[in-house]
Amino acid sequence: MASKPRIKVPKTASAGEVITIKTLISHEMESGQRKDKDGNPIPRQIINKFTCAFEGQTVFECDLDPAISANPYFEFNAKVPASGTFKFTWLDDDGSVYEAEELIEVK
Amino acid sequence: MKRLLIAGVALAAGLTAASWSMAEPVDDTLEIDGKPMITRAKAPEGMPFDEVLSGWLYREAETRDLERDTFENPGMVPVEDGEVLWSKVDGTAGKSCATCHGDAAESMKGIGATFPKWDADSNKPINVELQINKCRTEQMGAEAYPFDKGGQNELTAYIKHQSLGLPVQIDLAEGDMQSWWEQGKELYYTRTGQLDLACASCHEANAGKFIRADHLSQGQVNGFPVYRLKSGFTSLHNRFRGCIRDTRAEMPKAFSDELMALETYVTWRGTGLSVETPAVRP
Repeated sequence: MASKPRIKVPKTASAGEVITIKTLISHEMESGQRKDKDGNPIPRQIINKFTCAFEGQTVFECDLDPAISANPYFEFNAKVPASGTFKFTWLDDDGSVYEAEELIEVK
Repeated sequence: MKRLLIAGVALAAGLTAASWSMAEPVDDTLEIDGKPMITRAKAPEGMPFDEVLSGWLYREAETRDLERDTFENPGMVPVEDGEVLWSKVDGTAGKSCATCHGDAAESMKGIGATFPKWDADSNKPINVELQINKCRTEQMGAEAYPFDKGGQNELTAYIKHQSLGLPVQIDLAEGDMQSWWEQGKELYYTRTGQLDLACASCHEANAGKFIRADHLSQGQVNGFPVYRLKSGFTSLHNRFRGCIRDTRAEMPKAFSDELMALETYVTWRGTGLSVETPAVRP
């Protein structure tokens, strides 16, 4: 994995507004189908799950499979009732958990 | 059948008209994440154009939009890889770039706008790629990056990206830069290859026109390394070589004296344009 994931959440919104969230994480997404130079299979290592929660409540969640390309990108919408924090979680096959948070202020 | 043919002719005529009207650079302004970029600047004295124009102005609306938003810009992935390399320890001295240079946002600001510079040690102009290699071999005790490999382009892009928006201004008074500039100018106007083309044949005499499906720009280098939609992340010397190959000439080696002279001259031709690294081009 490269540096921290890239996330785009508007800094402010009005109450009840539907906002667009974009996330991108740098990851090889090694499918497990490929072989190295010597013909040995390269073990699978992908991000297998992504979730986004707002103040503890899941707003978006999905499983990822080996056919998904490197650097998975998500764009989804969420309705924000009040100011709070979006928490993003990516689960890696090797057990690593990548996390990030973004604040949003409702005016 | 006849009617179909007529319709076809009308359609073809319509397409021709459309492409003619699109042939000139667009009248548009570029802001990257809200930060204004200079895409039109008054040409430096001695330039054949009145105005130097960023290649961004010659691109389709969709391509232009990709560059407006660093999130959408595919070139930002290698830039972020470069950020990791910046603080990665390598070599026998146990140092990374960050050991000496600290925060790139401060120490590398302006670098992308002022290179190539004069390098007294080698008595030649030096660009960012070669400066990285110089640091690696002399300070870090690491191996020099081979051309286009090992993270050279990622690190170069990360360093140049710190100058995003700053106008290009290289110093020709340093050392012997002026004579390298002259040599670069000579190359720029020399026709080469079986197709007998000079850089100027496309990027000066025919800038703004189409060469088959390609919209010719002024050939500015203010956005390198660029993300090319057809070939991914591409370094300047790779692009130079690609252009020269397309004239069916023998290609000089990357970082050879010829290409360093050309880089010096072509960078000067973009004086005043904002650094756009990583730019998005077709």
